[in-house]
Amino acid sequence: MIEHFSYIVTVFLMVAGLYVVIARGNLIKKLVGLSIFQTSVYLLYIAPGKLIGGTAPILAPQYGIYSNPLPHVLILTAIVVGIATLALGLALAVRIREVYGTIEEDEILALDHQVEAAQEPRGEQREEKGA
Amino acid sequence: MSLSAQLPALQVVLPLLSAPLAVLLRRGWLAFAVVTAAAWAAFAIAIGLWLQVDALPSNGVISYHIGSWAPPWGIEYRIDRLTSFVLVLVSGMAALVLPYSRASIAREIPQESHYLFYAMLGLCLAGLLGITITGDAFNVFVFLEISSLSAYVLIALGRDRRALAASYRYLIMGSIGATFIVIGIGFLYLMTGTLNLADMAARIGAIESSRPVLAALAFLTVGISLKLALFPLHQWLPNAYTYAPSAVTAFLAATATKVSVYVLIRFYFSVFGDSLVFHKLPLPQLMLWLSLLALFAASFIAIFQDNLKRLFAYSSVGQIGYITLGLSFDSVNGLTASIVHLFNHGIAKAAIFLLIGALVVGIARPGAAPPAPTFDRLAGLARRMPLTSFGIVIAGLSLIGVPGTAGFISKWYLVLAALEKGQLWLVGAILLSSLLAVAYVWRFVEAAYFQAPPPGRELKREAPLSLLIPAWVLVLASVWFGLDTSLTLGSAVEVAEGLVRHRP
Amino acid sequence: MALAVVVLARTRNLFAVVVLSGLYSFLMATVLLALDAVDVAMTEAAVGAGVSTVLLLGALHLCKSEEAKPAHRPWLPLALASVTALVLIYGAMGLPDFADPQAPIHQHVVPRYLQNEVDVPNVVTAVLASFRGYDTLGETTVVFTAGAGIIALLRRPGRRARVEEAPPCADLLLRLIGKLLIPFVLLFALYVQFHGDYGPGGGFQAGVIFASGIVFYALIFGVENARRVMPDRLVERMIAAGVLLYLGVGVAGLLLGGNFLDYFVLDPDPVHGQHRGIFWVEVGVLITVCGVMLKIFYMFASRGRGEERG
Repeated sequence: MIEHFSYIVTVFLMVAGLYVVIARGNLIKKLVGLSIFQTSVYLLYIAPGKLIGGTAPILAPQYGIYSNPLPHVLILTAIVVGIATLALGLALAVRIREVYGTIEEDEILALDHQVEAAQEPRGEQREEKGA
Repeated sequence: MSLSAQLPALQVVLPLLSAPLAVLLRRGWLAFAVVTAAAWAAFAIAIGLWLQVDALPSNGVISYHIGSWAPPWGIEYRIDRLTSFVLVLVSGMAALVLPYSRASIAREIPQESHYLFYAMLGLCLAGLLGITITGDAFNVFVFLEISSLSAYVLIALGRDRRALAASYRYLIMGSIGATFIVIGIGFLYLMTGTLNLADMAARIGAIESSRPVLAALAFLTVGISLKLALFPLHQWLPNAYTYAPSAVTAFLAATATKVSVYVLIRFYFSVFGDSLVFHKLPLPQLMLWLSLLALFAASFIAIFQDNLKRLFAYSSVGQIGYITLGLSFDSVNGLTASIVHLFNHGIAKAAIFLLIGALVVGIARPGAAPPAPTFDRLAGLARRMPLTSFGIVIAGLSLIGVPGTAGFISKWYLVLAALEKGQLWLVGAILLSSLLAVAYVWRFVEAAYFQAPPPGRELKREAPLSLLIPAWVLVLASVWFGLDTSLTLGSAVEVAEGLVRHRP
Repeated sequence: MALAVVVLARTRNLFAVVVLSGLYSFLMATVLLALDAVDVAMTEAAVGAGVSTVLLLGALHLCKSEEAKPAHRPWLPLALASVTALVLIYGAMGLPDFADPQAPIHQHVVPRYLQNEVDVPNVVTAVLASFRGYDTLGETTVVFTAGAGIIALLRRPGRRARVEEAPPCADLLLRLIGKLLIPFVLLFALYVQFHGDYGPGGGFQAGVIFASGIVFYALIFGVENARRVMPDRLVERMIAAGVLLYLGVGVAGLLLGGNFLDYFVLDPDPVHGQHRGIFWVEVGVLITVCGVMLKIFYMFASRGRGEERG
C-alpha cells in the first residue's frame, strides 16, 4: 500500500479536479478545476520516474543514477498545453461575460432559452419587413 | 534526399508553415492565398503518399524518422493504407472548404479578423493531419490539442453569441477528453516504457490483461469517445456545429470527428490488438448499445429541430453511431463498413453544411448578415435556389442510404456484418433508423418544394458560384462513390483485413 | 495540497479560489522538485503559480468575483468522479512499485538518452529539443494557436480611440527599484535561456520570465509606455516569427539533405550541428512564448479600461 501512496494522492487530486469541472456552474471555477485535473496528471507521469538515490537528470561525472528524464519532457509539454487551454478558456469566459453579462452556466442557458422562445415571432416580423 | 522521400514531413509542415505566415502577412487575401496554397499542396502530397503506399507490397508501411532519430527514441511517422485514406479525406476537404470560405465568411466574420480565421483553419488542418500521420502516442495528444484549440477559436468566431457558449462547452469537454487520453497514454507508457505505437503494440502482448492496461483502455475509450461525440458524450456537438461559421461546420463535421474515429481504430486494433479489446471486456456490447441509442435518440431529436443546421448536427451524432456500430462487430465486414462510412458520411455531411452556408447567403437580405436557417425561412426555397436545394436533397439521400448513393454502400456492409453474426433484429434496427433519416430529410423537402414561398421571394436568386462549386463537387462525389466503389471499398476491405487478421 | 483542493472546491469567493489554486501549484512544484523533476518544477512554479494566477486574476477583474449558489444536486458529477476514481485506482494498483528500477520505463528507451549522444548535460533539454523536438514544435504551435486565437476573440471591432491613460505610478522609490530590477529580470531570462543546456531552463521558462519583466515595467511605468517599447504590431509579429524560426530550423534540415528537424546536417560536425539546432529552436520558443504572454497581457489590460466593471 505504501508503494502506491503517490498514486493514491494523484487519484484524489485528479478526481477532485474533475468534480469541480463537472459540478460547478461558474465558468472561471470550472477552468480552475480543469487546471487542477490536468496538473494532477503530471504526478502520474513524474512520480514513477523517480529512482531512490537518483538525482535530477543533468549529467555530471559525480552521479551515476538519474531519475527518468522522458516523463519530465512530456510533462513540460503538457504544462504548456494546459496553460494555453486555460488562457483560451479565460478569453472565452471574458467574451461571454461581455455579451451575456454573466459567467454562470445556468444563467447563460436560461438566457439562451429566452432567446429561442422569443425568436419565433421576431422572425416573422422581420420577414414582413423584408417583404 | 529526394523530394518523394520527404513527402511525409511536408504533409504536415506545409499547412503548419502557412499559419504563422498568414499572421505575419495580416492581409485577408494574402493569408487566404497562402493557406489555400498549403491546403492544395497538402492534398497533392496526400495523393502522392497514397500512390507510394500503393507501390508497396500489401500492408506495407512508410516510416519516416523525424530528426533522423530512429524510433522508439525519436518520433516516427507511420503511413499505411488507412493513414493514407484519412489523409486524403482530411486534406481534400480542406482543399475544397478553403476556396468556399472566402465568400462565405465575408459576411460572417469582421474583415480585420479574416487573416486569423485562415491561420486557424491552417492550424486545424495541420493538427488533424499531424494526429493521423504520427506513430507516437504522446504526439497524438500534442497535435490533438493544436487541432482542438484552433477548432474552439473557429467555432467562437460564429456571429451568434451562442457560438461563444458552445465553444466554451466544447473547450471544457474537449479538454477533459484530452486529459483522459493523456491518462490512458500514461498508463500504457508506465507499463511498456515506450511511446511509439508500433513498439507499444509489440510489448503489450505479454501484459495485455494486466490492470493498468485495462484501465488505459477504459480511459482512452472515454477520452476519444468525448472527442468523437459518441452518444451520451455528444453534448458539445449540436450547438458547436449550429453556431460556428458555415465553412467551419462543414470542415469540422467532415474531418474532426472522423480523425477521432481513426485514432480509436488505431488504438483498438493496432495497439491493443483485437483479442484484448473484444474478448476481455464487455466493450463491444456496450458500444453496440450506445451506437443504437445514438442512431435512434439523436435521429429522433433531429426530426424535431427548427433550425436546419441543428437538425443536421444531430443527424451527425446519429451517423457516428453507424461508424461505432461497425466497430463493435469486430469483423472484417463491420470494420469495412466503419471505414467506408467515415468517408461517405464525411463527404455527404460536408456537402450539406456547405450548401446550408450557401442557402443562408441566399436568403439574407442584400448586405445584411445571413440569418439562421430556420424552417419558416425555407418555405418555397426550391424555386428561389434550385441548385442548392437539389444538392441538399441528393446528399440527404446519401445520409438515408438510398441505393446509388455512397451511403448505401456503408449501410449494405453493416447489414452484411449483422447477418454474419446472425443478428436479424439488428438488420431491422438499421433499416428502421434509416426511416428516421428519411423523416428528417423529408422535412427539408417538404419546406423547400411543397410550401409556397412568401410573397416577394419567388424570384430566382442562386448563391454565388464560389459557394456552389465546392459543395457540388462533394454532392457529385457522394453519388460517384455510390456507383464506383473500387477506391473506397477496395481500400477499406484491404485495411480491415489487415487489421482484423492479426488475431493470435 | 489535498486540503487546498478540498477548500477550493467548497469556496465560492472566486478570489480565494484563485489564490488557493496558486498555492496548490506552488505546492505541486515543490513536490515535483522532490521527485527530481527540476525543469518541470521550475515551469510549474512559473506557469501554474505565476502566469495562470495572473491570468485568472485578470479575467476575474473583467468578470465578477462571486460564484452563484449551485443550482443542481451534485450527485451525478459525484458519481461520475467516483467511477473515474475507481478505474484509476484499479489501474494504479497494477503499476510497478514506486521507484522500482526494474520498471519498464527505466529499462526501455531511456538508457540511450542518458548516454549523452548530443553532448548536452541536461538530458531534459536534449530530449525536449532534439530527440522529441517535433513534440516541442507542436507545443510551440499550441502556444501560437492560443495566442492568435485570443487575438481573434478579444480584438475590438474597429480601431478604438486611445483611452485616457491612467497616470503611471508616481512613487519615486518604486520607479527607482523598477529601473534597477528590470534589467536583471531580463538578464536572468537570457541566463535561463542559454544555460538550459547545463542546468534547468530553456526557451519556455525564459520566455515567461522575459515577458514578466516587461509586464513589471508596464505596471510601474504604465501600459502605454510599455507599448512604446514593445508595440502591439511587433508583439504580434513575434508570436508568428518564433514558430517560423522553429519550423525554419526543421526545413533547413530538409534542405541540407536530412530529414525534417534533422540537426545533424546543420554543421559538418554532427554534435556541433545538434547544438546549433537546439540553440535556434530554443530561441524560437522564447520568441513565441514571450510574444504570446505580452499580447495576452495587453489584451486584458486594454479590456479593463473604458468599460464598466462588474
